[in-house]
Amino acid sequence: MKGFDLLAVLTHPQFSQMLLSGMKMTLVIALGSWMLAMSLGFILLVIRMLPLKAADQAVAAYVSYHRNVPTLVQLMLWYFGIANILPAGLQTWLGDHNGEAIFAIVGLGLCQAAYFSEDLRSGFRSIPPGQDEAARALGHSYLGAMAYVLLPQAFRHALPALINHTVSLFKNSSLAMAIGVAELTHAVKEVENLSFRVFEAYLIATVIYLACSLLLMALGAWLSRDPATTEAA
Amino acid sequence: MLSNMITIIEDNWLLLLIGQYPNGPLGGIVSTLILSVLGIVLAFPLSVLIALARLSHWKVLNWPATALVYIVRGVPLLMLILLVYFLVPLLIGDSVPGFVTMLCTLVIYEGAFLSEIVRGGIIALPAGQMDAARALGHSHVGAMRYVILPQALYNMMPSILSQFVSTIKETTLGYVINVPELTFAASQLNNRLLTKPFEIFAILAIVYFIVCWSLSELANQLEQRIARQRLGEDPPEAGPSQPGTARIQGAI
Repeated sequence: MKGFDLLAVLTHPQFSQMLLSGMKMTLVIALGSWMLAMSLGFILLVIRMLPLKAADQAVAAYVSYHRNVPTLVQLMLWYFGIANILPAGLQTWLGDHNGEAIFAIVGLGLCQAAYFSEDLRSGFRSIPPGQDEAARALGHSYLGAMAYVLLPQAFRHALPALINHTVSLFKNSSLAMAIGVAELTHAVKEVENLSFRVFEAYLIATVIYLACSLLLMALGAWLSRDPATTEAA
Repeated sequence: MLSNMITIIEDNWLLLLIGQYPNGPLGGIVSTLILSVLGIVLAFPLSVLIALARLSHWKVLNWPATALVYIVRGVPLLMLILLVYFLVPLLIGDSVPGFVTMLCTLVIYEGAFLSEIVRGGIIALPAGQMDAARALGHSHVGAMRYVILPQALYNMMPSILSQFVSTIKETTLGYVINVPELTFAASQLNNRLLTKPFEIFAILAIVYFIVCWSLSELANQLEQRIARQRLGEDPPEAGPSQPGTARIQGAI
């Protein structure tokens, strides 16, 4: 084994390029699936709040599936399974447009939406019913009360859980490696393969992941401490 | 499509159940379950030690334990698996079977996550418990051993069970380093049949769903039962509403 030399990896043009593009892909997947998950989480929550038993059960089934099936299996079902039964034209298009990454974003996003919607729902339950009644009495429609009065408060209550799940979404973006997306973990494995510098490659990746996760956790702690976010108790 | 799935199960249930055993290593869902049970059982004592170290006033214990928990929580499990996979052979100078690699990783990872649950359970107990135990002449260790931990662990049982469900889901990542378990068996099957990926991975998802859903339901039942018991029996000042065991575990 070679001696420990961090710079040999960091300053090597090819390796640093691979790590950088891996990091970019990780960010694209994490951000893309986060946005998908958050919007879908809100939609699922609103559907669940409808006074319809079937809607409630459908969302409950959605949440249950995504929470009880391993994320990796969900991704594999998307990439190997569902991709295969799509129309041929769409398959070709996906093949030309980095289909792995698209499936990773869709798979991770749909999975995390289940967690986000549950977080928001428990945030919702902590709002006193008077809030809804007051909003309706002031003339808001169902959707208006939801958008202007209830959701903002639910969001504040749900914030700590949302941050936790955002961190795990970020970490889960590494699973995309298993379906062949060239993200950070994948890049590190390649660099390790080419350079034979195992310690250095994994140290760099660990530091990058750790820095991003700790940053998110710190952001969460800061947001939760801000009096403006905790006043609506 | 459904009949295809039934045919696949009829032809390959043994592979999904025990892998290539006895002609190869034990695999399939049996291996998944053994791996998860061993992982959580071995991680448990470690997690109690980490939790106690984190609650300790001694910085020598407190700081390393806190650092360990934050590092493990901040790094993807997949990363940790690859790290153990490549580093352990380098350190001990001999190759290690995938099963052992995965088990080591799970023990470290689950140890850190369980320790947060254990710590939450201990913090959630009223401070009077410790004071009373010390007043009765217990040492700090004795009070922990005979008064605090038994109560805390009992209250934490549902959380530990949900952590077990997470562990089952996490064993799927062993697929990346070719650990013979259920996901690996399914992917082997997929490589052999080639034409029915959707059916195979749907079966895989259904099997995981059945196992994890039943265990999650069990955890819910247990949680309600413990909550009821506490409401019925405990005097109000001794009843912490919920141990602060916030499920820090995300989706794997």
